[in-house]
Amino acid sequence: MTESAESDWKQVLEKALPSANLRWSEFRNQHRVDVPASAIVAVLTALRDAGMDQLCDLTAVDLLEYPGATDRFEVVYLLLNTTSGQRLTVRTHLNEPDLKIPSAVPIWFGADWLEREVYDMYGIVFEGHPNFKRLLLPEAFESFPMRKDYPVKGRGERHNFPIITRAES
Amino acid sequence: MATQINKQLGDNIFLTTLDAAASWARANSLWPMPFATACCGIELMSTAASRHDLSRFGSEVMRFTPRQCDLMIVAGRVVMKMIPVLQRIWMQMPEPKWCISMGACACSGGVFDTYAVVQGIDRFIPVDVYVPGCPPRPEQLIRAIMDLQDKIKKTGTYNAREFQLRILPDGPKRFDEDELMRIRERNGLKLDDHKYDPIH
Amino acid sequence: MPLELIDSPGADSNQREGLWTLNFGPQHPATHTTLRLVLQLDGEMVVDAEPDIGFLHSGFEKLAEVLDYNQYVTIVDRMNYISPMANEIAWHHAVEGLLGIELTPRCKYIRTIFAELMRIHDHLLCTGTCVLDLGGATAFMYAFNEREKIYEICERASGQRFHTGYTRVGGLLYDVTDDWVQMVREFCKTFPKAYRDFAGLVMKNRIFVERTRGVGVLSKADAIAGGATGPVARASGVERDLRRDEPYLAYDDLDFDVCCAEGGDCYARFQVRMMEMLESLKIIEQALDRLPSGPVFISGTGKEGLPDKREVYRSIEGLIHHFENIMPNRQMPSPKESYYGATESPNGELGYYIVSDGDFRAYRARTRPPSLLHFSLFSRMIRGCMLSDVAAVLGSINIIAAELDR
Ligand code: SF4
Repeated sequence: MTESAESDWKQVLEKALPSANLRWSEFRNQHRVDVPASAIVAVLTALRDAGMDQLCDLTAVDLLEYPGATDRFEVVYLLLNTTSGQRLTVRTHLNEPDLKIPSAVPIWFGADWLEREVYDMYGIVFEGHPNFKRLLLPEAFESFPMRKDYPVKGRGERHNFPIITRAES
Repeated sequence: MATQINKQLGDNIFLTTLDAAASWARANSLWPMPFATACCGIELMSTAASRHDLSRFGSEVMRFTPRQCDLMIVAGRVVMKMIPVLQRIWMQMPEPKWCISMGACACSGGVFDTYAVVQGIDRFIPVDVYVPGCPPRPEQLIRAIMDLQDKIKKTGTYNAREFQLRILPDGPKRFDEDELMRIRERNGLKLDDHKYDPIH
Repeated sequence: MPLELIDSPGADSNQREGLWTLNFGPQHPATHTTLRLVLQLDGEMVVDAEPDIGFLHSGFEKLAEVLDYNQYVTIVDRMNYISPMANEIAWHHAVEGLLGIELTPRCKYIRTIFAELMRIHDHLLCTGTCVLDLGGATAFMYAFNEREKIYEICERASGQRFHTGYTRVGGLLYDVTDDWVQMVREFCKTFPKAYRDFAGLVMKNRIFVERTRGVGVLSKADAIAGGATGPVARASGVERDLRRDEPYLAYDDLDFDVCCAEGGDCYARFQVRMMEMLESLKIIEQALDRLPSGPVFISGTGKEGLPDKREVYRSIEGLIHHFENIMPNRQMPSPKESYYGATESPNGELGYYIVSDGDFRAYRARTRPPSLLHFSLFSRMIRGCMLSDVAAVLGSINIIAAELDR
C-alpha cells in the first residue's frame, strides 16, 4: 500500500466522520486505524462506500495479559479493496461488562460466520446479527475458550461423556 | 461306505470346526466403516487408492452406513461435538464388530492436548487395534488390518465365544474414573445432566 | 440444471407448505470430513440449507498461544491437510513479515516449488474425490497415483510424507539435494501425460459435465461481498491472485497466468482448478531452472534462523547459535505489533493475523481460513438446486473441515 493510499482513506473517514476520534498507525506498510466502538458502523460503511468491497477477516484479541493494554478486547476488521488490492485494518476496543458491538452483516454479508465465531470464542455480542448463536462449539458449552483466563486444556468438558463398554455395545 | 465317499469326493474335503470356518470368512471380508474426520482420513483414502490397494487384504468394501459394516476405522481426531456421533454410529453397527483407532489423535489426542479434543477414543468406546503415527503410513494401516484379522481368527461363532469375550473386562480399561469424578466435581459438571445423549 | 423457484426462498420459507427437512452429515461420504447440513427441501429441490459446523474444532488458535513460532508449524500443517506444506509456507510468511526477515533466494525458490506442488496436490484430490462422489471412481485412482509421487517428493525433502513440518522461521528444515531436484524434474516430465488422462476422465466426462454445469452458481458480487477468494472467486470472474497482486517468495521473477472463468458454477470452479495445475507445473519448471545455490537459512549475526544441523553437532558456535534459538528465555524478540500476512493457498487467501507481545511466541495468531468463508456462501449457492447437486457443490468449493473449524 502506498503512502497516498493511506491519505485517501484518511480523507474518506475525515469527511464522513469529522468529529470522530481516529488514531492512525502503521507497521511495515500495513495501515491501521483505531476507532471508538460507537463509530464502528459509520466507519465501516464509509469505507465500504469508498471501495473496500471485501471484509477479508474479522477477529478479536483478548488483551488481558498484553503488556500495557488498557482495554480488554480488541475487535479487528481486515478490509480489502479487490480491484486495487489496498488493505486497511480497522480496530476497536471493548470492555466488560458491555461486550456489545453492532453487527457488520448489513455491510458485508460475509461477516455472518466470522461474527458468530468471535462470539463463540470470546463472548462478544454482535447486535443486529440475523442468526446469532454459537458456530463451532456445542450449544451446551458454557465458556468462551479463546479468552486468556480459560485454560488450554479446558475445564474437563472433554471428559464429560458417557462411556460405552464392550458389554453395552 | 467310507471308501465310497472317498472315491466320489477325492481330496476335496477339508475338516474344520464351524468356529474356524466362520472366523476365517469374517476375517477376510471385513467391511470397514471409514469414520474419517481429519488428516488420517486422507491417508485412509490413499490406502484404499491405487498404490496401496486395500482390496488385496479383503477389506476394501467401504460402506458409509454403519448397519452394513463390521469394522470401524476411526481416522482422525474426535472432538467434543463429534464423540456423541461416534458413539451413536458404534451402537448402530451390528455385532460382531471391531474398531481400529488410526493415528495419534484417535489413540491419545496426539498433538492436540486442548479443551476440545477427546484424549483418546478408547475412553468412550472399545478399541481393538491402535495404529500409531501422525498420520500412520498406509503400510501401517494395512498391518493393523492384518493384526485384526489374526485377532478375529481367534474368536468363533459356534458357541458364541466372542460374545462371551465381550462381557469379560478385557481390552482397554475404562478411563480412570476417580480422576473423572474429580474433574467433574471441580468444575461442577455432572454426567447425569449432560446435554448430548449419544444413544437416543 | 437448477429449476426456477416459483416464489423466492429465504425468510418466508417456513410458510411454504410441504417442505421437509433432511439431515446431511456429519458422517456422510460426500462431506469427506465432518460437516453437517440441515437441508430444507421441497420435493427434491433445496429451498434452504443451514450448515452446522464445528465437528472438528480442535483449538488450533489456542495452541498458537502456547507454542513458539517454530513449534506451531507442526500444528498449522494439520489445518488444510490435503496440502499441508501450503499452510506452513503461509504461516512462516506471516511470521517472517512480522519479524522483518528477508529470505535467502534458494529458500524462496524451494518454497515456491513446494507451494506449487501443493497446489497440484490439493486440486488433484479435490477434483478426484468430487468425481468419486458423482459416481466415477476411476479418476480418483488416477489422481491418487499422482499424489503418491508428490508424497514421495515431500518425503525425500523432509522425512515425512504427509505432515512435513518443513519450514522454519527464516529458512527450511534441511536443504534439498540434487536427487530431489531430479525427482521433481521427473515428476514434471510425467505429470502432463497423467494430467491428460485425468482431465479426459473429468472434463470430458459427459455425466460429470452435466452434473456440474450451471449448478451452484455464485455471482461475482456475492463472491466479493462474501469474502470468497482463490479458485472459487476466480471462477466467478474476480480476477485476483495474491501471487500476482502481492508477490511473495519468488513469484515476482516467474511467469505465469492467473486462471479465471466466468460462469461461477461448479464446472467453472473445476475448470479453474484444472487450469491452475498446468500453470503450477509451468512455475515449477521455471523455478527448477533458476534454482539458485547458496544457503537456505538467513545468515544471522544474531539470533535469526536456525543453524545447519551439521554445525550444531560439530562446532561450539553452532551449538550456541542453536541454543539461543531454542531456549524459551533467549529466543529472538519480536516487535510488539500486529501483522497480517497472506498467501495464495490452493484454496484461496490463507492469512495469519499475528499479535505479538514481544516474545518469540504469538500472543494471538488468527487464521483467516478460506474454507470458512466459502462454506458460509454454500447456502447461497445451493438454493434452487436439486438434492443430488449438494455433493457437486460441496466438492467444488473444497471444504476442508480442519481448516473450517480449526
Ligand atoms: S494423528 Fe496426525 S494425521 Fe492423524 S488426525 Fe491427528 S493430526 Fe491428523
